[in-house]
Amino acid sequence: MKISPEEVAKVASLARLELGPEKIEEFTGQLGDILEHMDKLGELDTEGVEPMFSPVEQVSVTREDKVRKEHTREEVLSNAPETDGKFFIVPRIV
Amino acid sequence: MSELHYKTLSETAAMLQAGEITAEQAVQACLDRIEATEPSVKALISVQGEQALAKARELDGQGPDPAKPLWGVPMVLKDLLTTKGVTTTCASKFLENFVPFYDATVVEKLDAAGAICIAKANMDEFAMGSSTENSAYFKTANPWDLERVPGGSSGGSGATVAAGQCAAALGTDTGGSIRLPASFCGVTGLKPTYGRVSRYGMVAFGSSLDQIGPMARSVEDCARVLQVIAGHDPKDSTSVDCEVPDYLAGLDRKDLSGLTIGLPEQYWPDPDKEGGLSPEVDQACRNAVAKMEELGAKTVPVQLGLTDYAIATYYIIAMAEASSNLSRFDGIRYGKRAENAEELIDLYTKSRTQGFGDEVQRRIIIGSYVLSAGYYDAYYGKAAKVRRLIRRNFDKAFESCDLIAGPVCPTTAFKSGEKADPLQMYLIDIFTISCNLAGLPGMSMPVGLGADTNMPIGLQLLGPSFSEDLMLSAANTLEKNLPPMPSPGL
Repeated sequence: MKISPEEVAKVASLARLELGPEKIEEFTGQLGDILEHMDKLGELDTEGVEPMFSPVEQVSVTREDKVRKEHTREEVLSNAPETDGKFFIVPRIV
Repeated sequence: MSELHYKTLSETAAMLQAGEITAEQAVQACLDRIEATEPSVKALISVQGEQALAKARELDGQGPDPAKPLWGVPMVLKDLLTTKGVTTTCASKFLENFVPFYDATVVEKLDAAGAICIAKANMDEFAMGSSTENSAYFKTANPWDLERVPGGSSGGSGATVAAGQCAAALGTDTGGSIRLPASFCGVTGLKPTYGRVSRYGMVAFGSSLDQIGPMARSVEDCARVLQVIAGHDPKDSTSVDCEVPDYLAGLDRKDLSGLTIGLPEQYWPDPDKEGGLSPEVDQACRNAVAKMEELGAKTVPVQLGLTDYAIATYYIIAMAEASSNLSRFDGIRYGKRAENAEELIDLYTKSRTQGFGDEVQRRIIIGSYVLSAGYYDAYYGKAAKVRRLIRRNFDKAFESCDLIAGPVCPTTAFKSGEKADPLQMYLIDIFTISCNLAGLPGMSMPVGLGADTNMPIGLQLLGPSFSEDLMLSAANTLEKNLPPMPSPGL
């Protein structure tokens, strides 16, 4: 399937990416070629086939829901671009 | 100590245990080799020289420990495995300054086994690529020919092992990212069964596909490293709780009698036809299969009829999972934060746009597209069904054989810049990706140099789930009966 420049820009923005006009043009061609290759799957009859989402299909492994303190607050905040020592700081939302 | 650098991990580990060399000498030899070869190979994003030497001296102070199978052994990690206190970049600008506060489970296990991590290896950004040309930092050269790529995405891991900079390395394989660089660089690489090795602390790309595995200079070396890193981990719910066999115990088989090797027609396309194997790859791999027959193996034709659909299936699933996994990179808790963002969405968008390279952005966009409401059934849903059929292809094939053999890639390593179109780059993964879709183990072992390019050629072995022991024993027997692989003239 070919994809339009508008669709590329729209999906990019939904994925929180911002593409300039040149990049949109470049990606539109490349993504169209890739999607066209993917369309090949339409040739196959998959009626009644159960989808396979993971090679490990056993029942979900669960563990006891127990609070554990594995990491300190300092560690968790250590890579944050901005903190006040207690919390992650983000730009004003409202 | 320069004569150390092309020794196998098994030899180095034995010398260390016997006290013939100290851990400090082993590490120093690697650091010297890195200094000599790294300007041309550029396999490493960072080198932890002082830290590694300090650890080596600490180990030397305690003396060799037979309970630690990798005691004093210098190793390199692909730079998407978290290392406590050591920058982990995933070869992305987004994580340029990311310093994890915990070790990946495999890193903890290597440490507990006495291994010393000396450096972090270059890769395609977030493991997205087949040539290591997508690293946001620099391209890695193939030690056999510096104008050629090392393969990817674990190209730094392949090149550092081939260049003799370490005893062994860890890579990860989502669609061939251990086996392709192993093949291109003339080393041995093993992608374990999905669930065999814990991925806790591995930065995720395609969560239903990714596996961590060893890259080394012999089959036995891979067995030794896998022995250490395999096993269930409560921190990774996809790691399977089944017994880890003794991989070394099976390595003493004299021949391959009793073994049936399946040769999928689709993995051996006629070199005289378009889309066929390059003649040198065909020749080298056929010679290796002939050697297996000579050693007593029986060969049978098998069918992997959906091979032509594997690339489409794989890239839909891998990109969908990538788009989901990479949504965690938002510039809030770690990684890059763009300056001058006006509000939250703007902050996400600017940080991600500035932090991710082109290939990562392409994959996030396609991944988001194939998961979007109007296209989910036609793409992601369809691919998940075809994936089941591909798995059935393998199940059927393994009814008539124990292992499958074929080339890793239709050609030897290509030249840097030769494959500029993304789709052309994806197509070289044709023989490696089905294995990940099915969750099976696979390995690449060098079987000689190509008659035309003089570059290494890898034979791929694939097996049923959790058949690493059989695969390693067969590969080891073949390796011992092939002419020894030369080293690159570095």
